[in-house]
Amino acid sequence: MKNEEKDLQDKSRRDFIKTATIATAAVAACGSLACSCSSKKDAVAAGQKVKLLSPTGEIVEIDSNYLNHHAHLDAVSRLEARQGIPGKKFVMVVDLARCKNARKCISSCQKWHYLPEDKEWLTVKLLKDNDKAAPYWFPKQCFHCDNPPCVKVCPVDATFKRQDGLVLIDNERCIGCKFCMAACPYSTRVFNWEEPKVHDATMDAITYSPETGVPHKVGTVEKCDFCPDRTREGLLPPCVEACPNGVFYFGDENEDVVTNGDETLGFRQLIKDRSGYRFMEELGTQPRVYYLPPKDRQFPVERGYEPLNDKLKARFKDVMEEKK
Amino acid sequence: MELNSYQQQAFNYQRPNIEKFNKRNWFWSIFFLAWIAVGGYALYLQVAKGHIVTGMRDNVVWGLFIVNFIFFIGISYAGAIIAGLLQLSGVTWGKPIIRIALIMTVISVIVGPIFILLCVGRLDRLWHLFVYPRIQSPMTWDVMAIMTYLVGAVLFLYLALIKDLAVYRDANMNIPKWRQWLYKFMAIGYNGAASQKRHILISQNLLAIIMIPLSIMVSSILSWIFGMTLRPGWHSTIFGPYFVLGAIYSGTGVLIVAMWAYRKLYKLDSYLTDKHFVYLGYFMMVLASAYGYFTFSEYFTSWYGSQKWDSEVINKLFSADGYGWWSLFANLFGIVLPIVIVAIPKTRKVVPITIAAFVMVFALWVKRYLIIVPTLESPLLPMQDTRPEFVHYHATWVEWALTGAGVASFLLFFMIMAKFVTVIPITGLDQKVAIPAKKGAPVNTKVEPA
Repeated sequence: MKNEEKDLQDKSRRDFIKTATIATAAVAACGSLACSCSSKKDAVAAGQKVKLLSPTGEIVEIDSNYLNHHAHLDAVSRLEARQGIPGKKFVMVVDLARCKNARKCISSCQKWHYLPEDKEWLTVKLLKDNDKAAPYWFPKQCFHCDNPPCVKVCPVDATFKRQDGLVLIDNERCIGCKFCMAACPYSTRVFNWEEPKVHDATMDAITYSPETGVPHKVGTVEKCDFCPDRTREGLLPPCVEACPNGVFYFGDENEDVVTNGDETLGFRQLIKDRSGYRFMEELGTQPRVYYLPPKDRQFPVERGYEPLNDKLKARFKDVMEEKK
Repeated sequence: MELNSYQQQAFNYQRPNIEKFNKRNWFWSIFFLAWIAVGGYALYLQVAKGHIVTGMRDNVVWGLFIVNFIFFIGISYAGAIIAGLLQLSGVTWGKPIIRIALIMTVISVIVGPIFILLCVGRLDRLWHLFVYPRIQSPMTWDVMAIMTYLVGAVLFLYLALIKDLAVYRDANMNIPKWRQWLYKFMAIGYNGAASQKRHILISQNLLAIIMIPLSIMVSSILSWIFGMTLRPGWHSTIFGPYFVLGAIYSGTGVLIVAMWAYRKLYKLDSYLTDKHFVYLGYFMMVLASAYGYFTFSEYFTSWYGSQKWDSEVINKLFSADGYGWWSLFANLFGIVLPIVIVAIPKTRKVVPITIAAFVMVFALWVKRYLIIVPTLESPLLPMQDTRPEFVHYHATWVEWALTGAGVASFLLFFMIMAKFVTVIPITGLDQKVAIPAKKGAPVNTKVEPA
C-alpha cells in the first residue's frame, strides 16, 4: 500500500514536471518557475507578480503565491551551494538487518538524478566478513566523510566539503583529472566517460548547480550527493523514501534525529543501542554514514538474490557460491 | 670565437651534420610526423567522443597515459641529475655526454606532461588549475614542480649551448638566413671574453646545484600523487625515493641508448668512446642494485605483513593468471639483466650494455604499468561488476596510438636537435678529452696548450 502511494507520488511528480517544463534555463535560475496553478487553487494571491516564460514561448505574469516549487528547479546560488544549509549536519544510518537487496533505492536514485541503468551512485554489495560469517547485503552511497580523501586531492576545488557535512562536486569546475576517484577508498565516484545517455524533457528545466548535479557533464566526476535540493525543501532523499523495508534513516546530527519515513528515532541513541559502526573506521576518513550490524535479520540473504536477473546474479555469484 | 685545434676538429667533423638535412632525415621526419598524425586523430576521437574510447573506466581511472607520464618525466629527471653531477664534478670524460643528457632532459619534460593532459577529461578547463588552485592537492604541487623544472631544464640546456651557438654563428655555415639569425640571436653576443666565460660557468654551476635537488623533489612529488592515496600498493612511505631511483635508473638506460644511436648515426666513436658506455654501465649497475633493493623491500614487507588488501595486490602481481609473467619480465630484465651484463667483464662491452639498457628501459616501462594498473584493479570494496571492461583494464588503440605519437615526438625532437646543434659540444672540449680514435674517426694529432 505504502509503495503504491509512493509510486503514485512519483508519477504525479513526473507528470507535473513534464507539463510545467519551461524552455529557458535563464528563467529557471530565477527559481520557482514550475508553475502549476491547479495544485494551489486555494492559495491567496500575494499581489506580487512574477514573470515567467511559458512552454510555448510566451511571457506570462503569475501571482507568486500560485507558484509551486519543485526541488530540482530551485537553483541556489553558487555560494550557497558551496556553503551548505545553515545549522544542519546531515547524517545517514543504514540498517543492514533490514536490507534484502530490493534495489528500489538504486532505481529511485537513478530516476531522480537522470542516470542510466548502468550508472549507480548508490549500489548494493554482497559482503561477507569472514569465512564463517553469513553474507549480507550492503547498500553503499557516498559516505560524505568528515576527513574526505577526495576533497584533499582535488587540484581545482571542484569537490568540496560543506558546513552541513555534504561533500559535493561542481561539475562546471571539475577538470576531470580523476584524482579524487583514485583517492576515494570506497570507489564511490563515477566518471562521465561519454555524453550522458539519458535525455528527458523534464531535464531541460533544471539549472545546473552542484546541488542538482543535473544536467550531467561529460568528462567530469560525479557521485551520490545526499540530494541537497530535496533536503532544502525538507524532503527525504529518494533512496530513503523508496526503500520498502526502511533500511535508510536520514537526518540531522545537530537535531539528533533520523528518520526512514516511517519512524523517527534519536540518532545517538540508535547508534548506541544498535552498536552502529562506520565502514572501515580504520581509514580515518570519518564517514557520515553509519551502519547497524546485520543482526536478527529480517530476510534470508537469498531473498535478495533469487529474484535478480542473470546479469545481476553474476555480480554476487562468487559470494553466494562460497556460502553453500 | 677562438677554437683550439681539437675543438676546431670536432666542429669541422660535425659541421655537415648540422648543415645538411638529408633525404634520410626527411624520411624519418615524415615517418614520425605520420605517427604523430595518427595520435592526433586518436586525440580528436577522445575529445569528440569522450574518454569512452580509452580502456579507462571507473575502477582503473588511469592507464597507459599515466604510465607514459611517469616514464618520460622519470627520464627527464635522470638527465638533469646526470648532467648536474657531471657539471659540478667537472670530470673531463663527462663533457661529451652532457649535451645528450640535457637534450634528453628537455625533450622528455615536454613530452611527459602531455600524457597527463591526455588523462584529463576536460581539456577546455585546464586553466582552472591556475585560476582555482588548491595548494593541498599533490596535483597542484606537481603542476608547480613540473613547470619550475621545465624552466630550469630549458635554461640549463641553453646555458650549456651559448658558447657553441657563438661558434655556429661565426662559422659562416652554408645554412638558411633564418638559422644564421637564430644562432646570432641565441648566442646573445657571446665572444669568449673572460667575464662572459665566468658568468656562464657560475650560472651553470648554480643551476646544477638547483636542478639536482629539484629533480629529486619533483620526482617525489610525482610519486606522491599515488603515495598520498589510501590504496594498497601505493600508500607507501618509500614511494618518493623509489620513484627517484626508478627515474634516474631508467633515464640512464635511455641515455646509453641515445649515446649509442648518435654514435652510430654520426660516427662519433672518438668522442663517445667505449669508456663512456662502461662508466654509464657501472652507474646503471649500481642503480639497478639499489632499485632491486627497493623493489624487494616493497614487495617483501607487503607480502610478509599480508594485510588483506596488500595481499590482494601482491597475489595479482605474482600469480600466473594475474600479472605474474609481466612481473617476472620487469624484475628479471629490469633489474637482474643489467647487473649481470655489466658485472661480467666479457659482456661489459658497448653493444651488450646498450642492449641491456634498451631492454631495461622497456622493462621499467612495464614496471610502471605494474605499479599503476594492478592497484587500481584492486579496490578496497569488492567490485562486484559484470562489465569486463570495468573489471580489467585493456588499453585501446586510441591509447596505443597516442603512446606511439609520444614516442615518435620524442624521437623527432631528438633528431631535430641533432640537426640544430652538434651532438658533441665543441667548446666544452679541450685537449684533455683527446681520446685515441677508432674506426677512421678523426684523430687528434696536434695538441695545443690549454
